[in-house]
Amino acid sequence: MYEIRAKTMTAADGVKPVVDLQAATVRFCGDSGDGMQLAGTQLTNTSALAGNDVATFPDYPAEIRAPRGTKAGVSGFQIHFAADKIFTPGDQVDALVAMNAAALATNLQDLVPHGILIANEDGFGKRDLELAGYQQNPLEDGSLAAYQLHRVGMTRLTREAVKSSGLSTKEADRCRNFFAMGLVFWLYDRSLEPTERFILEKFGRRPAIAEANRTALRAGYNYGITTEAIARRFAVGPADLPPGRYRNITGNLALAWGLMAAAERSGCPLFYGTYPITPASDILHELARRKNFGARTFQAEDEIAAVTSVIGAAFGGAMGVTGTSGPGVSLKSEAIGLAVMTELPMLVINVQRAGPSTGLPTKTEQADLFQTLYGRHGECPLPVLAARSPADCFDVALEAWRIATGYMTPVVILSDAHVANGSEPWRIPKLDELPKIEVTHPGPSDGEPFLPYARDERLSRPWAIPGTPGLMHRIGGLETQDPTGAVSYDPANHERMVKLRGSKIAGIARDIPPQAVEGPQSGALLLLTWGGTYGAAATAVRQLWKEGASVAHAHLRHLNPFPANLGELVKRYRRVLVAELNSGQLRTLVRARFLVDAAGLNKITGRPFAVAEIASAMRLELDQQNVKGRGRMPKVE
Amino acid sequence: MKTEPRTPYPEPFTMTTDSAIDQLKLSAGDYASNQEVRWCPGCGDYAILAQMKKTMAALGVPRENIVFVSGIGCSSRFPYYMNTYGIHSIHGRAPAIATGLKIMRPELFVWVITGDGDGLSIGGNHLIHAIRRNLDINIVLFNNRIYGLTKGQYSPTSPLAKVTKSSPMGSIDNPLNILSVAVGCEATFVARTVDVNTKHLGMCLERAADHRGTSFIEVYQNCVVFNDGAFDYATDRKLKSDAILELEHGKPMIFGKDRQKGIRLVGMEPEVVTLGEGVSEGDLLVHDEAAKEPSLAYFLSRMHYPDFPEPIGVFRAVDRPKYDELLNRQIDEAVEAQGAGDLDRLLSSGETWTVGQAEP
Ligand code: SF4
Repeated sequence: MYEIRAKTMTAADGVKPVVDLQAATVRFCGDSGDGMQLAGTQLTNTSALAGNDVATFPDYPAEIRAPRGTKAGVSGFQIHFAADKIFTPGDQVDALVAMNAAALATNLQDLVPHGILIANEDGFGKRDLELAGYQQNPLEDGSLAAYQLHRVGMTRLTREAVKSSGLSTKEADRCRNFFAMGLVFWLYDRSLEPTERFILEKFGRRPAIAEANRTALRAGYNYGITTEAIARRFAVGPADLPPGRYRNITGNLALAWGLMAAAERSGCPLFYGTYPITPASDILHELARRKNFGARTFQAEDEIAAVTSVIGAAFGGAMGVTGTSGPGVSLKSEAIGLAVMTELPMLVINVQRAGPSTGLPTKTEQADLFQTLYGRHGECPLPVLAARSPADCFDVALEAWRIATGYMTPVVILSDAHVANGSEPWRIPKLDELPKIEVTHPGPSDGEPFLPYARDERLSRPWAIPGTPGLMHRIGGLETQDPTGAVSYDPANHERMVKLRGSKIAGIARDIPPQAVEGPQSGALLLLTWGGTYGAAATAVRQLWKEGASVAHAHLRHLNPFPANLGELVKRYRRVLVAELNSGQLRTLVRARFLVDAAGLNKITGRPFAVAEIASAMRLELDQQNVKGRGRMPKVE
Repeated sequence: MKTEPRTPYPEPFTMTTDSAIDQLKLSAGDYASNQEVRWCPGCGDYAILAQMKKTMAALGVPRENIVFVSGIGCSSRFPYYMNTYGIHSIHGRAPAIATGLKIMRPELFVWVITGDGDGLSIGGNHLIHAIRRNLDINIVLFNNRIYGLTKGQYSPTSPLAKVTKSSPMGSIDNPLNILSVAVGCEATFVARTVDVNTKHLGMCLERAADHRGTSFIEVYQNCVVFNDGAFDYATDRKLKSDAILELEHGKPMIFGKDRQKGIRLVGMEPEVVTLGEGVSEGDLLVHDEAAKEPSLAYFLSRMHYPDFPEPIGVFRAVDRPKYDELLNRQIDEAVEAQGAGDLDRLLSSGETWTVGQAEP
């Protein structure tokens, strides 16, 4: 654990002025073999340790090693660090580090006018330019005049710096990302210490490589000090976050730890049955390492075996969880229906990616909401929760398991590629501060016939587990007689059971918090969002507040059932705008359920919303309404 | 019925088996559920159900520690008729359900009931992976060489040229050889038996129950409605002695009405010979169910009537590490090496920082 570094200005750097900033956004981009994800992660952790609020957006190609130097192979990592609370990785970047021509060609459009552009001029050879589609070298033809261009021969400088290490040229070139990091760290007045520690941990067993990386890092930093070309540097002070101990966390890690916490708080042993799929596999990787916590992972032969193994584990009394992405959910649908029919508690995680079919496997989308709600045959309702940010995944896992066990039902957790891979600071909770999840199993019985479908006041059935004398019973996919659990073809019983299963899920609305609103409680415009769009939406709303506009924001965690007050809430506004990364799925639901003429802001590019996109859509709505109250400040409650 | 809060730490369960009920000596009838059995009159499934109940009573396993898991099909109704725990699931997936259950509850006695359509067509993938993992479960596949529940289409084990509703000009699907598949997946226990041969069926079920690892039993089962007589050669008193070879560990392979025929190996090929005509018992192949290499079991699985007598009995019974045991051993080893997990410690591991007052 480290103290927050006070903003320092060392003597050596003192010659160059330091400009204080509220926030900065930096993107590293290069070939997928250039180590850009590592560079981004290091800047993220260093900034978080410096007390900034941070939000990140890793963006990488689907191919593990796309051909070198091509546009298809460009990998990027964007980080937004601030002295304020922030919610998004930023729409545009203040500084862009481009390791080659292809990276510049694919990323330049996101650099702000007059932004800082650090280009590795050694990545702009004839072949690089050809692959990137440049007729002439953009570093030389004046086309970048609108930016603060800094040409740095990073390949050459890195090779020189690590010359004495005895590494081959190829190995030396692999240190290049550390040179880039060093330069950016200097530019934003960041400490080298956390990265040096990381190098020791990661490469400690290969001292020559560790030393070369460290040398490259320092060479980059010193280049900043000595170069004439860069005249100013920047500093972003610590943000005012609630007190506590923090760490940086990605969505998938938060989900994995949330599952472990839910297992511990409920006393149910954790079983994770899954099949590898992007972007969900990191949950498996994390849990597979946690065997000393009793977490049992099962890498099944396919998606169907993954979900059905979870049904078996759940029947045995375990906390059964399966994680996947959209294509896997398609395969699991029949089995999820069985879990609904047998009323067994379990979790299904869908880390959404852009579909349909294989789609864009590494890009984000929110287009599986309809699938989650309606993608099974028969009337097959189940609760659905969506995580709004990386850290929120932890809380959602606990809440989902509370509902699953409280109502004996499978529950779907929706995350997405953006939430799963992105990261943000997380205030670390104490385990015993987390809500306890009460799970009970009926004990042995001697005589009275056991009724597996007898229901309590929530319409939930008992979770009787094998090994309990006297409670032997059979469950299955055939319609069951209420409450004996025997197979029944009786038409009236079927209708009754369909309604009972439906009412049970609908009744969960009484057990979840009413929907909260940020901003005015009624008025001109309500922005309605769900899942990973939270950050962009919350930031956009705050921008409009600053402009004096009357807008409110409601962000849904519970997609089924909806919070009980949602229907009444949406009717309090003259207009509801639903922003989502699909063609209007939540919007269709809201219109159908509540008969409101909701408008939609939709995007299906595989990329998250930019703040500006949501902000301008809201401005347009308000203009169209010609709302007189646009000058009023919102009443924040 | 009283409700008991669960143990505070997520350990897999270890249920005690010496409850009051266990002390009672149970009869086969005690394993019957109160459900009316709904198979067609004369279906071979009845005989298997009856024998299973007898086997359970003979083994004396408490009912609450037994779980039957099935998929979809006539055979998959089986769990409803046993007074044990049970899941009648979806088509083909029973082995995967059993896998999750057995991993979390290794002390339970888990049986998978499947058929030729359920286990080999839609569920073929799960079957082969369950077998190769060698979980300590028992899989009984009722082979009637037809789709019964969907009313008579050809199945993956129907012979070529079989005329059915979905193959009016004869099936052109080369049939799967079930036991070759099982042996190919390195099954540690492989057996074949016949529904109406109750003594032999009982022997196979008991051997399967005793085996540690995945036991795989193929039962020839007569579908009286859609494929009646498919196994007449194996059940007809006149035919079966020449059509069936009963395997016995350590014994030469002899069959026939007067036990005058045997199997001899010529090069890599089996051959039917008549004893006496220059052939003595010593020339015959001797069955070895414990052979390390599965070659013998494999070529026995390839012997088909009428060219050969079809072997029944235990083809293979060997020892190999079990998945459920290996997984749970890794858990123990991890706890031993790293200590029991402390979640508070984990959440605060790696790079962290403090805002405001440092916590005590
Ligand atoms: S259809 Fe065939 S297999 Fe099915 S119950 Fe009837 S006789 Fe038995």
